[in-house]
Amino acid sequence: MSDEYENKTGYQAQSSETISSGSGGGSRTASDIDYVRPAEVTDQDLYHGHSFITKWVFCQDAKVIGVQYFLLATFTGVVGLILSWLMRLQLGFPGAAGFMTAEHYYQFVTMHGMIMVVYFLTALFLGGFGNYLIPLMVGARDMVFPYLNMVSFWSFFVAVGVLLASFFVPGGPTGAGWTLYPPQTILEGTPGSGWGILLMCISLILFVAGFTMGGLNYLITVLQARTRGMTLMRMPLTVWGIFTATVLAMLAFPALLVGALMMTLDNVLGTSFFMPTIIQAGEILEYSGGSPILFQHLFWFFGHPEVYIVALPAFGIVSDLISVHSRKNIFGYRMMVWAIVGIGGLSFFVWAHHMYVSGMNPWFGFFFATTTLIIAIPTAMKVYNWIITLWRGNIRLNVVMLWCLGFIVTFVNGGITGIFLGNVSVDVPLSDTYFVVAHFHMVMGIAPLMVIMGAVYHWFPLVAGRFLNETLGKWHFWLTFLGAYSIYFPMHYLGFIGVPRRYFEMYDSPYMTSAVGMNEFISMAAFIVGAAQFILIFNIIKTLKTGKPAGSNPWKANSLEWLTPSVPPEHGNWGDKLPVVHRWPYDFNVPGAKEDFITQTTPPSDVVGTEVEKT
Amino acid sequence: MSDPKIDGLELKPGFKGMAEDTGSDQTMFKGVHWGKAMMWIFLLSDTFIFSCFLISYMKGRGSTLVDWPNASEVFGLHVFGVEVPLLLIAIMTFVLITSSGTMALAVKYGYEKNRKMCGWLILATAVGGLIFVGMQAFEWSKLISEGVRPWENPFGAPQFGSFFFMITGFHGTHVSIGVIFLFIYAYKTFAGHYDDRKRGWFTSMKGDYVEIEILGLYWHFVDLVWVFIFAFFYLW
Repeated sequence: MSDEYENKTGYQAQSSETISSGSGGGSRTASDIDYVRPAEVTDQDLYHGHSFITKWVFCQDAKVIGVQYFLLATFTGVVGLILSWLMRLQLGFPGAAGFMTAEHYYQFVTMHGMIMVVYFLTALFLGGFGNYLIPLMVGARDMVFPYLNMVSFWSFFVAVGVLLASFFVPGGPTGAGWTLYPPQTILEGTPGSGWGILLMCISLILFVAGFTMGGLNYLITVLQARTRGMTLMRMPLTVWGIFTATVLAMLAFPALLVGALMMTLDNVLGTSFFMPTIIQAGEILEYSGGSPILFQHLFWFFGHPEVYIVALPAFGIVSDLISVHSRKNIFGYRMMVWAIVGIGGLSFFVWAHHMYVSGMNPWFGFFFATTTLIIAIPTAMKVYNWIITLWRGNIRLNVVMLWCLGFIVTFVNGGITGIFLGNVSVDVPLSDTYFVVAHFHMVMGIAPLMVIMGAVYHWFPLVAGRFLNETLGKWHFWLTFLGAYSIYFPMHYLGFIGVPRRYFEMYDSPYMTSAVGMNEFISMAAFIVGAAQFILIFNIIKTLKTGKPAGSNPWKANSLEWLTPSVPPEHGNWGDKLPVVHRWPYDFNVPGAKEDFITQTTPPSDVVGTEVEKT
Repeated sequence: MSDPKIDGLELKPGFKGMAEDTGSDQTMFKGVHWGKAMMWIFLLSDTFIFSCFLISYMKGRGSTLVDWPNASEVFGLHVFGVEVPLLLIAIMTFVLITSSGTMALAVKYGYEKNRKMCGWLILATAVGGLIFVGMQAFEWSKLISEGVRPWENPFGAPQFGSFFFMITGFHGTHVSIGVIFLFIYAYKTFAGHYDDRKRGWFTSMKGDYVEIEILGLYWHFVDLVWVFIFAFFYLW
């Protein structure tokens, strides 16, 4: 964007000079100013499926794999949703669900957490949106290793199968909480201490293996398979978000893999990696000398970047949605990119803020509190930039925009409570109360979920060729938005009065009297919000056949995924010729232009005399 | 897969060149094969796995209740009436490092389209890997016969057995996977799949000698990791 930068980077000079030549000299011809360097690599050699199995089941087309990921992740997400209903039923109306024992409750807490964080949000953002959007947005024909990509999905499929199988093994799924802290995870008092935790660990290892295959694809596609003219700084922020999140995942999942493996050995072989000398039911176990804190470090070295693995794609996607639907360029594109990268880098230095109460050295806590609060800077920059993008924009207040606005508000709320919890002295009393539950559900549950919803309404016309129903969408949004606030706002208060999280029942604690009514209210809201999600499923099924046809580029967006020769795009994405990119995807409402958007493939000779950004 | 073919592009050296490549379109690593870039990033991820293992090992070793066994005694070998410390491990390390050398030569002959030499060198690398795994199996059985188990250890801290079997086992798995692929690649080289650009069995992508270099990267990495495991387990 700055001239100085452009002059230094030789490759872009040809296209950025065109703008000045339009107003000044005019001696250069169109083919001159539209010059883009020739292709560096030969066209990708794709395997085209012929049978039903190779086209739709073991398919190597990233778009189909993306939809597969999306559907399976949504399915597991619905399982997680039903588990949360059962939990809320118990919390709001103790004893109402007759079969619910304390053990069941712990198992549901654990499985809800693990499913939602790893098998739903991570798989949906990176596997679902990543697969569908990356090749289209960077102008590639497919992911660079389609076969590996297919294996990635089927590993995920097996991982989900193993995870759900743990509901049917003796003892049921593990009930140790999603953090799986030893030693309780593999002690007998914990539900699912035998089979449950074993299957959980195996499932996680399979997930990591499958994700690594997918992640390598996303990274190399972004780095090495962009189309002509597509520089890194011309990529939509969606791609930046997913790309950075994938980098985090490639470096964070190893810690989870190692932790899961060592846990499995402790559980099956009786090693003592994490198990100290311990007494179980009056009997000294054979374990000795292991360190439970080691597991916490391994887990949170994965666990904290995991938060940003979920959040960064959401940041990226919402930036694109806001820009398109307020018809303005994203404010501070470079700042947005560097904020994403900066948050990603910082996320590796904050993990121990999950462990303030583990008895660590106070100076250690001081360090991690400092790094944690520093993350507030790039995230706040992003929030300001979203708001400035909206400011004086030509806002279309459609369902997509509603979800985006909902995201900003929710994210700010969740982020501010994060500043509370990031401070050691504030965290210690609030630790393991409902305040924490409210915080992380707001910031990494509801906020990314709102982006997912917005993204579904935004890209459904591309995937299915038809619009989703707006009226149903508005019902879906308002019920979810108001409902989610009804659930999580009171939880902050519950945390302040000291209601501990993960408790099966509050019993007759004197300070709980005000919590009883509130818990009933929260549960009612949770039932409504959960039910509201089925509006979307109904909407998708309904509009798949009968929705309003979208045609090509219905939102008048600039990025490449809307510029395919056929909608929905076919295998290979681009027909005979790959697109050539001349600009960033945010040229909206450019003074002097014929329309309020200039697509990335519009050559400079078509927009001579307009004030397009130099990118 | 695609062949690098860069027209009208002058690659500049040093930091400036790197900055220009990063700012350019299409590819960040100019002329680097997709598979090769992928292997580098995979190895970065794998480095984190082994780092997590070794850091856990350091933490575990630092906090055991019983003393850690003396490495030069535990890993010693009794030959011709004398106790030689670290004998087996020295041979294992020598074999593995040598196989890295043959691998590098195989890559060179591969790019020269010298099918025979390339094939034999891959085979030699595979045999080196096989000898390494065999000697590791011997070492495992020796320790097991002496009573070392993942959950107990007559020489001292039980964590010694746990970490030793887990980490060398994980590394041995890497070597074994490498050996399997080396045999497959040796077959493919001798059969001329890379010269004829024959399509792969699974991926249906055209064969190319660059695949040998990609496997070579993996093999060198496995050797490098061994050096660290060697240092941490046998020399500490």
